[in-house]
Amino acid sequence: MADQSQGRSNVPVGGSQPASRTTISGSQGLNFAEPLIFEMGAAGRTGVDLPDHTVSDARLGGLRRHAPVGLPGLSEPQVVRHYTRLSQKNYGIDSGFYPLGSCTMKHNPRVNEKIARMKGLGDLHPLQPDSTVQGALELIDTLATWIKTLCGMPAVAMSPAAGAHGELCGMMAIKAAIENRGEADTRKRVLVPESAHGTNPATAAACGFTVDSIPATAAGRVDFAAFKAKLGPDVAGIMLTNPNTCGLFENDVIEIADAIHDAGGYFYCDGANFNAIMGRVRPGDLGIDCMHLNLHKTFSTPHGGGGPGAGPVVLSEALAPFAPVPYVVHDADGFKLVEHKSRSDAKPFGRLKGYHGQMGVFIRALAFMSSHGSDGLRQASTDAVLNANYLRARLGDVMSVSFDGMCMHEVLFDDGFLKDTGVSTLDFAKAMIDEGFHPMTMYFPLVVHGALLMEPTESESKETLDLYIKTLRGLNQRAQSGDAAFFKNAPVLTPRRRLDETAAARKPVLRWTPPVA
Amino acid sequence: MRYLPHTPKDREAMLETIGAHALEDLYCDVPQKALLAKPVDLPVAAGEMDVERIFGALAAKNLSPSAAPSFLGAGAYRHHIPATVDHLIQRGEFLTAYTPYQPEVSQGTLQYLFEFQTQVAMLTGMAVANASMYDGATATSEAVLMASRATRRKRAVLAGGVHPHYVDVTATSAHSLNIEMVQPTSDPTRPADPASVIDLIDDQTACVVVQSPDIFGRIIDLRPIAEAAHAKGALVVAVTTEVISLGLLEAPGNLGADIVTAEGQSLGNALSYGGPYVGLFATTSKLVRQMPGRVTGETQDVEGQRGWVLTLSTREQHIRREKATSNICTNAGLCALAFTVHASLLGEEGLSRLARLNHAKACKLADMLADVSGAEVLNDSFFNEFTVKLSKPAEEVVEALAERGILGGVPLARLLPERDDLVNMMLVAATETNTDADMDALVQALKEVL
Repeated sequence: MADQSQGRSNVPVGGSQPASRTTISGSQGLNFAEPLIFEMGAAGRTGVDLPDHTVSDARLGGLRRHAPVGLPGLSEPQVVRHYTRLSQKNYGIDSGFYPLGSCTMKHNPRVNEKIARMKGLGDLHPLQPDSTVQGALELIDTLATWIKTLCGMPAVAMSPAAGAHGELCGMMAIKAAIENRGEADTRKRVLVPESAHGTNPATAAACGFTVDSIPATAAGRVDFAAFKAKLGPDVAGIMLTNPNTCGLFENDVIEIADAIHDAGGYFYCDGANFNAIMGRVRPGDLGIDCMHLNLHKTFSTPHGGGGPGAGPVVLSEALAPFAPVPYVVHDADGFKLVEHKSRSDAKPFGRLKGYHGQMGVFIRALAFMSSHGSDGLRQASTDAVLNANYLRARLGDVMSVSFDGMCMHEVLFDDGFLKDTGVSTLDFAKAMIDEGFHPMTMYFPLVVHGALLMEPTESESKETLDLYIKTLRGLNQRAQSGDAAFFKNAPVLTPRRRLDETAAARKPVLRWTPPVA
Repeated sequence: MRYLPHTPKDREAMLETIGAHALEDLYCDVPQKALLAKPVDLPVAAGEMDVERIFGALAAKNLSPSAAPSFLGAGAYRHHIPATVDHLIQRGEFLTAYTPYQPEVSQGTLQYLFEFQTQVAMLTGMAVANASMYDGATATSEAVLMASRATRRKRAVLAGGVHPHYVDVTATSAHSLNIEMVQPTSDPTRPADPASVIDLIDDQTACVVVQSPDIFGRIIDLRPIAEAAHAKGALVVAVTTEVISLGLLEAPGNLGADIVTAEGQSLGNALSYGGPYVGLFATTSKLVRQMPGRVTGETQDVEGQRGWVLTLSTREQHIRREKATSNICTNAGLCALAFTVHASLLGEEGLSRLARLNHAKACKLADMLADVSGAEVLNDSFFNEFTVKLSKPAEEVVEALAERGILGGVPLARLLPERDDLVNMMLVAATETNTDADMDALVQALKEVL
């Protein structure tokens, strides 16, 4: 049994938790009550030793600050303890299984952190002369080569800072290509499947396009006939996630690419799910024009509680001339940055970010790629797909798999199995937290009712998956037994129980303010 | 492969459970002609030691600012990062967490973001701040889009001293949304000219963007521009690329700003060749629902205990789709944590000392450079960075300094290549990391080069 060690149970005898009790301090053992930093500290205390220089007003343009900022004074040990305690209230991949669909929560190797901090990499200034950063430019160029080779595409724009930023880059390249053809006033419509991530329509709108939704088939794919019917001379392109957000490969993808090209439009592929096909399928062979990669998903750079990420965009021959500045070129004298439209031989649509992109993320991603190699990356994506299908196979008899057949690296369930139990997708997910698992993605995609989207990634062992399966089967049994109250109350073993999000939005308190005396 | 747990036996057993014969069967939905028969043509797997060697060799080809007197700024500054910062941000519970969608197991991230928002609001003198943006340039671009939404106007005026990368990023998104952008030219040999900005403000102007200290290092008085903008119903976006300056200079919120954007890299974040950094974004209570990006808010759990959640999500893309305020769905979480830990370590006294120390170092260096023949410091006012006019093209001088192992400054021509009047000008920054020996070395080398 996966949850046994040498025949001895890992759970306390009886399996029950001691009842929580009120304490004097408010802390409960390792679950510390921790105030805000603004409620701690003392005036004049500091955690950094610096000399106390007096400076004159002479060169401050008459704009010296007179009122204090209001920051509290804490010593170094106070700061260390405060943030250590906060960290203990968080769930990370390091803590446990994190099957958050469409987010690719895989292991974050620590050697990548070490390398990103090397002298000569982590401490480089972005505006050093090119002659002093040949290694950095070579690193960016090498990463670009890996990305282009894995995707089977001729070009890549490296500077976008995140997936949504990459989408912006790709759609701006499409817009620039359309403008270059003199069709800016006619091609205004972008087709987006209804299963798409919300960033797709938001990005199209941010580029000044209108969004036209394409329905899905009963098999969870783009309705090819409906898609074809929507094509016309006003269509700028399609934004299609492949594998899609239902965890399925779009089997008509090549026909979709041909049709959109015949109609004079471009094919934006959302590469959020590249972890399913890395080393197995090259998107370039499917006929795409551009696609972003989330380096923080597929290539394991830490999600960091919501960033930073990086979203390089591969581009076809048709879109490559419009790639934004800056980019790296290589000639007999070495590597050089092209930083300005006016210094480019091509037709860059502009600039998306200060400086040259998310170098710290590039370093980690290339270290991840180098560690795996082409063979390891192919094995990683295959294992990710294997793990998702294993969950599908072992949970499908008790939970409702939304679409039949083989899935890619994530598997989608709907809330059909919870019908008449009084338990919602949200309740079910919250009960998983008490079991020590991070919930799957809930209520996304929107094409099925009460979605539960699970993405195990290649990092998880069979033992972890087996315990997860056993837990979910047990929770399902409990739901079917009519114990809805158990789920409505969950979680109970966390630093905080369910939080009132409605109150937070209705009367927003977005900062600490000093108590009124 | 050390990251992959499955043994061949595991894979076999799992395939059997699935009802597949081989791993290739998992890809049965992929068109046959698109399936690769073998790995792509790239290097094969490497052990940890080999990977360290590959990157060590690349690092050795660069001139590390830690090993050279370095005076580079222009929106990215070399500061000392306390060891505590880097230790805390590498705690796995912070490093390997996702966006805090499940608040019960994300109170750590949510509480530090709430602290971050409070610190940013305090520093900028504004009512509220978001949980961070990609960087200062994208934050500024988002501020212009927000001002356009809030005022329903399609014209933005940018002062001549706004960082050229910020201008270019803003112009790129403004073009997509048909927002007109105008900018006067600013001459660093003369004092900043508020009239050049004020004259461009009309009753169709959504916002005026003013940076202080500006790209030439000059400290700009926002007040007359803000007064003129508000009289025409335009919003004022104040930009700061060196957040530590706010420890010594008046907060833009007290000078008439409606939106403040800043680059937060200087607190807690490594230079890292330009990214990842952390964009700061603050505004007034009135405009909060127009604000882009993630926001954390205070609330209570079912037991009445204080806690934090992501809030105001009805502005965001996952709810609003094409009607969202922005397509952004991440912040710069870990960079925001580095910022907030560094700011917490400094506190009021530490930040004030750090800001004064930076200004004192820059004053000293400016005085030393004034004695170098062929170099003229142009600024009347500055924080920790100023413009030097040289007797030769700055790009040549900077190359010659680099050959002597000194990173002497940023040629303005690198940022504004179209401006012939800037060819001989160099931006020079001094921070607490620069020693007297560094400054002597720069002065000595400049005397040789000029």
